[in-house]
Amino acid sequence: MIAVLGLVVGALVGLFFEPAVPAGLQPYLPIAVVAALDALFGGLRALLDGTFNDRVFIVSFLSNVVVAALIVFLGDQLGVGTQLSTGVVVVLGIRIFSNAAAIRRHLFKA
Amino acid sequence: MTAPDATPTPEDRQDDDASAPADQDVAPRHAEAAPERGHAWRTLRRALSPRLSTSRVVAALLCALLGFALVVQVQQTQTESLSSLRQSELVRILDEVTQRGGDLENEVRTLREQRDELQSGTADDAAALEVAVERAERQGILSGRLPAVGPGVTVRITEGDTRLRATALLTVLEELRNAGAEVIELNGVRLVASSYLIETSEGIVVDGQIVSPPFLWAAIGDPSALGPALEIPGGAMSTIRTGGGMGRIDAVDELEINAVREPAPLRYAEPATGTDSA
Repeated sequence: MIAVLGLVVGALVGLFFEPAVPAGLQPYLPIAVVAALDALFGGLRALLDGTFNDRVFIVSFLSNVVVAALIVFLGDQLGVGTQLSTGVVVVLGIRIFSNAAAIRRHLFKA
Repeated sequence: MTAPDATPTPEDRQDDDASAPADQDVAPRHAEAAPERGHAWRTLRRALSPRLSTSRVVAALLCALLGFALVVQVQQTQTESLSSLRQSELVRILDEVTQRGGDLENEVRTLREQRDELQSGTADDAAALEVAVERAERQGILSGRLPAVGPGVTVRITEGDTRLRATALLTVLEELRNAGAEVIELNGVRLVASSYLIETSEGIVVDGQIVSPPFLWAAIGDPSALGPALEIPGGAMSTIRTGGGMGRIDAVDELEINAVREPAPLRYAEPATGTDSA
């Protein structure tokens, strides 16, 4: 519950303050957000599966974000930044879809 | 706020389950997640009940961070799309823009050249048109096609007892021409280079029209030359007087001659090629 509250509060703070993203962070922020979303959906699915674990959720959240950012950064250094970032986004999107499908099956039996 | 939930959820049981993959999207590892009707909703409702524990707080913090980052990124995308791009993309965009700039510059140059060409062409045409109009006016006046206005003299010649000869009038005409008259009119007939005066039984005929006294001449030219020219001793006026007539010369500042004639088409003569005289 307070997680949901946290989400809402974070969004409101972002809307209110309207901060500018530092230039160094700018290419990685979208990927980090998508990776965090993937972790969130994974957590939701685990909750409905009955396998939810706070610690696992936190660790997976942080590791998803860090690994995604690392991969994109590595890609930039190697010169395949665009391609790797596309690949990361595609994979994260696939996982979000499959987690959402599992959640849907749980909630709506369909 | 509320006591920790006592229902047998497997959450705490899996505290040290290190084999649970970090992304948690594997199939459930126990049978309690049997899809009974409403079980999932109950789980959801239970999870939504507020429970305070460190991990919950941390999870909440992470969600707050996620919400924050999400909103910030959306705002970033809406405001400045260029600064969020990667270097390679920016280089590509720069290349495209430079290329387009080069193309546009070429186009500008071509269009400028065209415009200059057209302008100079127009200027040339306008100048040629002006010259042509001027020439037409001059020759119109000289050929008797256009009415003219300017300083000049009027000469009124009346007959006496004897009829004046045509030669007397011809002398007046010649004198006026010699003195530089540019436009000459006699009794409403415009006199031009091809004009003639003949004597017939009915009277004096000018260019096919009979003229009868008094003879009213109008000539546009320099009044100070025309008047004295006519009065030369032994000249035009003295010939008139010898023939029994009387003449009177008046200088006029602005003399208007409206009599015109259409130039007869040339039947034999043609402009010689290579001449361009005004």
